[in-house]
Amino acid sequence: MIQIEYILLISAVMMFAGIFGFLTRRSTLAVLLSIELMLNSADINFAVFNRMLYPDGHEGYFFALFAIAIAAAESAIAIAIMINIYRMLKNISVDKLQKMKW
Amino acid sequence: MEYTLFILLLPFLSFLFLGICGKWLSHKTAGIIGTCCLAVVAILSYTAAIDYFSLPRLADGSFRPVSPFDINWLPFFNEGLQFKMGILLDPISVMMLIVISTVSLMVHIYSFGYMHGERGFQRYYAFLSLFSMSMLGLVVATNIFQMYLFWELVGVSSYLLIGFYYTSPAAIAASKKAFIVTRFADMFFLIGILIYGYYCGSFGFNFNAEGFAAGGFMLPTALVLMFIGGAGKSAMFPLHIWLPDAMEGPTPVSALIHAATMVVAGVFQVARLFPLWIEYAPDALSIVAWVGAFTAFYAAAVACAQSDIKRVLAFSTISQIAFMMVALGVCTEITTGHEHTGSLGYMASMFHLFTHAMFKALLFLGAGCIIHAVHSNEMSAMGGLRKYMPVTHITFLIACLAISGIPPFSGFFSKDEILTTCFAYSPFMGWIMTAIAGMTAFYMFRLYYGIFWGTENKELHAEHTPHEAPLSMTLPLVFLALITCVAGFIPFGHFVSADTRAYDIHLDWGVAGTSIVIAVGAIALATYIYKGERQPVAEAAAEKFAKLHRWAYKRFYMDEVYQYITHRLIFAHISKPIAWFDRHVIDGFFNFLAWGTNALGFQIRGLQSGSVQKYAFVFLLGILILLFILIL
Repeated sequence: MIQIEYILLISAVMMFAGIFGFLTRRSTLAVLLSIELMLNSADINFAVFNRMLYPDGHEGYFFALFAIAIAAAESAIAIAIMINIYRMLKNISVDKLQKMKW
Repeated sequence: MEYTLFILLLPFLSFLFLGICGKWLSHKTAGIIGTCCLAVVAILSYTAAIDYFSLPRLADGSFRPVSPFDINWLPFFNEGLQFKMGILLDPISVMMLIVISTVSLMVHIYSFGYMHGERGFQRYYAFLSLFSMSMLGLVVATNIFQMYLFWELVGVSSYLLIGFYYTSPAAIAASKKAFIVTRFADMFFLIGILIYGYYCGSFGFNFNAEGFAAGGFMLPTALVLMFIGGAGKSAMFPLHIWLPDAMEGPTPVSALIHAATMVVAGVFQVARLFPLWIEYAPDALSIVAWVGAFTAFYAAAVACAQSDIKRVLAFSTISQIAFMMVALGVCTEITTGHEHTGSLGYMASMFHLFTHAMFKALLFLGAGCIIHAVHSNEMSAMGGLRKYMPVTHITFLIACLAISGIPPFSGFFSKDEILTTCFAYSPFMGWIMTAIAGMTAFYMFRLYYGIFWGTENKELHAEHTPHEAPLSMTLPLVFLALITCVAGFIPFGHFVSADTRAYDIHLDWGVAGTSIVIAVGAIALATYIYKGERQPVAEAAAEKFAKLHRWAYKRFYMDEVYQYITHRLIFAHISKPIAWFDRHVIDGFFNFLAWGTNALGFQIRGLQSGSVQKYAFVFLLGILILLFILIL
């Protein structure tokens, strides 16, 4: 059986990769991907803690499933917004999106 | 007598209907609607008068005031002080109902001819209805606050009607002047009402409240303040300046508002509060008397030198209203009876109000016919008109004789009562008023000869021959002339007197004889000076007293004095600094606040960059710092 620390290490790496991507990437699509990465690392944590520490309960699994569903819906909306922005500005770089600034 | 509500309601509905739907109606329809409403109102007023005066008198012989309506319209803080609306019938209000509805009906009929084809004919009738409603509401008011409300409405409709020819700058200026001057006076009226309400505990006309005795000096103050309001409406010196200018309005309006009804509102107000004046402020009443006496003299003097016929009539109105004020002012008691001459003035004043309303409306309507015929207000355009306009000539002559105080016309009887009461007050006052009555006869016949006799303006009359006015205009003249002939024989004292007990008018032949002699003398003098084709005496007198003539013609420069006080003193030294302070200090402070906030906003707007990644970075940093603190 794999030790809990290894799995948590993976999820921590995913989380920091997501944060790094979120802060540094210019493309809005990449920023969205980074957010998904962070969400997934959180999901992994839920599942792992449930499996390893409280094997009798199922709350962690359900929470993870719930978060995945929410994330799917949210990314669908985000992509729809991005498509609209692209149609309007022919560009989806975060630093170029200044249309609604003051 | 619940039907009295319709006396107010009908003109109001007619005003709303004509005001809103007027532009889809033809001139004729609008005029007929307005006139019919007024005719019904007049019939109702007469019915109310007959019903009221046939009520049984109380045990002491006085009439009981009847109040068919008294609705609590606006309750104030405590139980006593409430703002009620209602209808109060008592001898003077019923008498005023008759005066207003009669003159208003006559003016409505007359306006058919006078305003024929005029632009805004429907609007004119709507305003006339509004005015009739407000004036009727004023006289039947159950309390002083309702009176004030309708008082202001009367002022507004007067403003609207003076400025009826709104394309003429003179009419606009006159309407503004009338409104501002009377509003200025009404401010004192309001203060007086509030003081009165404070001490009386209610705004009603109950004159035996306990608070009055405790009020001490304040009650006479309140009465004098209310009198200032009344003086503004009734054009007493020095608040008379608006009335001559108000002649810019259509002539029937001058007849209705500025001769017969609205301008006597001040007299009516003093009469309404008369028990208070007698009981608590008998000394202040002499202010009313002397203000009236001075105004009567001043206006009569100015009227002798005016050349615009409507201005002459306006100043004669001021003078006659001042007669009414004097009559009220010289009263010393309220009990009526044959040996009590101290209360005669009240009856005399109301009687003169009644007769004056009729013959002055007649004079103005006659002047309207003349203006209609020659298209000018100036006496120089007239002269010799008696051949062209026989009906106008005869009715005008009757009115002139009435105002001069020649028996058997109505003015003689009422003026004689006033002079009797003045002589009872003090011989000095009596002689002054008799002299002014003589001046009245003089300037009225100067006017009469100037219009109907004297030199005919042949060039003007050749290109446009004067003609008698149409039937709709002469009919009211004849009707009012008939009233003027018979009104003197009404036993007026039986209906209206200071304590509403019956009083028999009996002529004091000493006073009456003197006034007749003086009036006849003045008429003879006017005949001698003004009847001929040429007027050498008048020219010589004007030459000799050139300065006096000029001063009188310019109304003793009262308007210039006002101009100086308002523009040079008040506007320049008070209003302008205040305006500067407002523009620069008050506005400046708030502009500074707005500017400061704006500048601060510009300074810190960089923080709101809109870049999500920067926000996230700050957020992350914050979390790390918090985490660091927590771990430590």
